[in-house]
Amino acid sequence: MSVLGIIFSNIHDENVADLTRLRTMASVPYGCRYRLIDFALSNMVNSGISRVGVITHYNYQSLMDHIGSGKDWDLARRSGGIQILPPYITAFASSRPEVYNTRLEALMGIVSYIQGAREEYVILTDCDVICNMDFSAIIQRHIDTGADCTIATKKSYLVTKSGTSNNVELFYNENGDVTDIAEHNSVEPAYCNVNLNIYVMNRKYLEEIVLDSVAHGYKSFTKDVLARRIGRDKIKAYECDGYFATVDSMAEYFACSMDLLNPGTRRELFGVADRPIFTKVRNSAPTQYSATAVTKNCLIADGCVIEGTVENCILFRGVKIGRGTTVKNSILMQDTVVGDNVYLNCVITDKSAVVRDGRVLSGHESKPYFIEKNLTV
Amino acid sequence: MIKRKECVAMLLAGGQGSRLYLLTERLAKPAVPFGGKYRIIDFPISNCINSGIDTVGVLTQYQPLALNEYIGNGQPWDLDRVYGGVMMLPPYQGLKRADWYKGTANAIYQNMQFIEKYDPEYVLILSGDHIYRMDYAKMIKEHKRNKADCTIAVIDVPLAEASRFGIMSAREDMSIYDFEEKPKNPKSTMASMGVYVFSKEKLFSYLIADEQDENSDKDFGKNVIPAMLKAGERMFAYRFEGYWKDVGTVSSLWEANMDLLGDNPQLDLNDGSWKIYSRSNAYPPHYVGESAVIKNSQVTEGCEIYGTVINSVIGGGVTVARGATVKDSVLFDNITVSEGASVYYSMVDSGTVVGKNSTVGKDKDEGGKLTLVGSGLNIADGISVPDGELISQKTLADIGGEAGAK
Repeated sequence: MSVLGIIFSNIHDENVADLTRLRTMASVPYGCRYRLIDFALSNMVNSGISRVGVITHYNYQSLMDHIGSGKDWDLARRSGGIQILPPYITAFASSRPEVYNTRLEALMGIVSYIQGAREEYVILTDCDVICNMDFSAIIQRHIDTGADCTIATKKSYLVTKSGTSNNVELFYNENGDVTDIAEHNSVEPAYCNVNLNIYVMNRKYLEEIVLDSVAHGYKSFTKDVLARRIGRDKIKAYECDGYFATVDSMAEYFACSMDLLNPGTRRELFGVADRPIFTKVRNSAPTQYSATAVTKNCLIADGCVIEGTVENCILFRGVKIGRGTTVKNSILMQDTVVGDNVYLNCVITDKSAVVRDGRVLSGHESKPYFIEKNLTV
Repeated sequence: MIKRKECVAMLLAGGQGSRLYLLTERLAKPAVPFGGKYRIIDFPISNCINSGIDTVGVLTQYQPLALNEYIGNGQPWDLDRVYGGVMMLPPYQGLKRADWYKGTANAIYQNMQFIEKYDPEYVLILSGDHIYRMDYAKMIKEHKRNKADCTIAVIDVPLAEASRFGIMSAREDMSIYDFEEKPKNPKSTMASMGVYVFSKEKLFSYLIADEQDENSDKDFGKNVIPAMLKAGERMFAYRFEGYWKDVGTVSSLWEANMDLLGDNPQLDLNDGSWKIYSRSNAYPPHYVGESAVIKNSQVTEGCEIYGTVINSVIGGGVTVARGATVKDSVLFDNITVSEGASVYYSMVDSGTVVGKNSTVGKDKDEGGKLTLVGSGLNIADGISVPDGELISQKTLADIGGEAGAK
């Protein structure tokens, strides 16, 4: 089977505004050495997909830096490979000189890329899908059932948070035919089938719905396109299991980072045979533990120097922890330097943050204390 | 359109490294793991790319498979180039003859065509068994300034150890007037590091002459350098200051690994100004459990540590289970130290499993000797592997009978 991959890199950016102020959702750091897009990209590569388009909108410099030529994912190809698809405004035609706002408008912008591809099928995913999933299985099911569109879904607890609308519930019958699709509206936590925002379609079908949407001036992929086509076209649900997380708030980011301290989660994300998660190689030296280091229940990348006490933490590459310092329940991103005799609890530091000697900082799981990139406290 | 290269590096990676015993049974010495995530060859190759040398020939002969696979197209070192880059150079069958590489000089002699293709001014000769970070560009600059025919990198060694090395004697301007290979009574403490810069024309003429000399061992140290010195060529020593270690023996390889540890390690690989590159394994970050104790050690990606690790260098994908102890040891990759097991003062090769409550080696503080454990072994539960030994499948069977070689 020949499949084209498309990743939306700026989706849900507003959910974690602190982290996406200077980057795309796709390049949000996660799990000591990864960026969120590594999961979608690795899943595609591990499923034999060798042509991937990444749709960007704004702030995509960090993403381009991360992806480079794509060689770390084996996507630096003469034919196919990875391609960044930035937005563009045509010089003459546009009466509204603005870039797209929705998923559907983004697809309209790359319609020529979709038309120019030779692949028979397309898989579309968001960038904040933290999972290790065999995409070839869902594609195979799509082919076997002869569906027009197959949507990945997973049963999980949903709570509607104010202002976020990315939780879409999927209703389907025992044959897997989708019967309804709607934004989840219950305030109570509910166990339901969540749309994982991973879609498989025939490329021609995608082309058709995008051109049809242009003709009708549709805006929303879910409400205007999918909802209208239910019952008319063959839209199937595909049930997934295994670990799956998306990032819909800072608290959620904190929680799904801390999930990695659980051996089961690590096994489901990183321990799957033949499906490694790839990322940009930084060539840091191994992590140094000094004679004074105390480390308990931590996930740690290479290049760290630990002289103090670290408990229940996620340490990215090149983090330094000083003497007499205690860091608990925190996420310290790349090249964070924590001085001597510091106390940190429930803190998230962005890249290259510095915490000076003797500082005491604490947040809470529901509202982690955030230190911006390059900031010195 | 062919561009000239100013300097081509030739890396001698064909040696067996027989003094590393079990470690080089299946792979050439330059492919032996070092420092958790590296292999010895990463050091000279990274030095090349950091020094701006982008054409590197790797001369292989003994067990080249692991090395070939590891180097691949040179991508991890940025040596996948349109023109130049890294190339493996095994012995080959020619029109008139086919020969193994008979010595270091002969290996270069047989690849003169490769060098000629790039028409370089200088040829840098390196060996694949040293751990050091060195800017070859500075050395080449010095070579040019001296208008030298050959420049040999030297490092000061203690007088007591000088008789293990090739020793240079130089005048004040660093021009060499004497060279002795492993002298009994060394006249100086300047030891050759096995890093040579030659002007290409001179090198070729001496290699051709040496090839015709039937009594020659076809070796740089024994034949080519003395011949050039005798003929009065312009030969200079280039003094290198910094960390350098020959890791040709089990104990020196263990020591070099230990030099990575401490608050001010002798060899600090965290220094980003001169990175050492290696091929990545796409391992996840390492996890340190609730019950773990890690002191004065180095741990890398893919590890799961639940036990105690003291004064040790742990390679990728290693598991140290709850209640297990690793002390004063160097573990290569993908090793499992099971519950209650202990590894003292040992170097353990890749993929070995130490069974539950087994003990390997003896504590260094209690007078234990360095133990070397081979790759892919299954050390059974509850057995004791004596210190100071070379542990292979066979020795395991001798120790534990049926249980030892499960």
